[in-house]
Amino acid sequence: MKRVEFPQEQYALLAAHLQDAYPNEGAGFLFGRITDEAFIVESVMTLPNTWDEGSQRNRFRLSAEDSLKAELEAGRRGSDVIGVFHSHPDHPAVPSQWDLEWAAWPNFAYLITTVAQGKAERTRAWQLRADRSAFEEDDLRIT
Amino acid sequence: MASIRIPTPLRPYAGGTAEVVVSGTTVDEALKDLIAQHPELEQHLFNNGELRSFVNIFLGEEDIRHLDGRETAIEEDTELLIIPSIAGGRA
Repeated sequence: MKRVEFPQEQYALLAAHLQDAYPNEGAGFLFGRITDEAFIVESVMTLPNTWDEGSQRNRFRLSAEDSLKAELEAGRRGSDVIGVFHSHPDHPAVPSQWDLEWAAWPNFAYLITTVAQGKAERTRAWQLRADRSAFEEDDLRIT
Repeated sequence: MASIRIPTPLRPYAGGTAEVVVSGTTVDEALKDLIAQHPELEQHLFNNGELRSFVNIFLGEEDIRHLDGRETAIEEDTELLIIPSIAGGRA
């Protein structure tokens, strides 16, 4: 288990973005640094949900083009892309089978926020196991 | 020689390096050389010999799918980027 250190003012940006997206899912990237013990979030990049194969109420996608933009923007900010966040509207902040199938990398922070009735309520942090078989929970600290 | 930039989360599987110098004249050859040098990367990039569905290879700012795919020619000074498209959702 790693710590995820998340500054309060950046968390407020994440929460506002996910509340704006409600009742759809919202998403974006986390920039910062990865150490042996922690994901240290320095800033967030909010992005549009580009899922177009059905309802965005239970699906999100960040396109390859947006992912490239994030990589370049992280470099400009002197950071790395260290994770991703998305919301589960009116649903627990636990990875679904769909999240698992589309999870990109281990050693990458996956934050999921429950947005209930339009309000960001609970965020939990997860990380894909090295063998890609499941997610394990990390220790999220909003400071 | 060409190079492939490694996303930060995958660097532990590539000897901690941010960029791997690779041989080859196509993207396919470059990727095969990357895996030959760092076999632990294979399970995260490939599934049954095909790039995983969320893995995109960019040459500059161009997705190789819009060029000649894995047969896209590369030059000595080409830098390839490994870019994930991220998806998911509650159920």
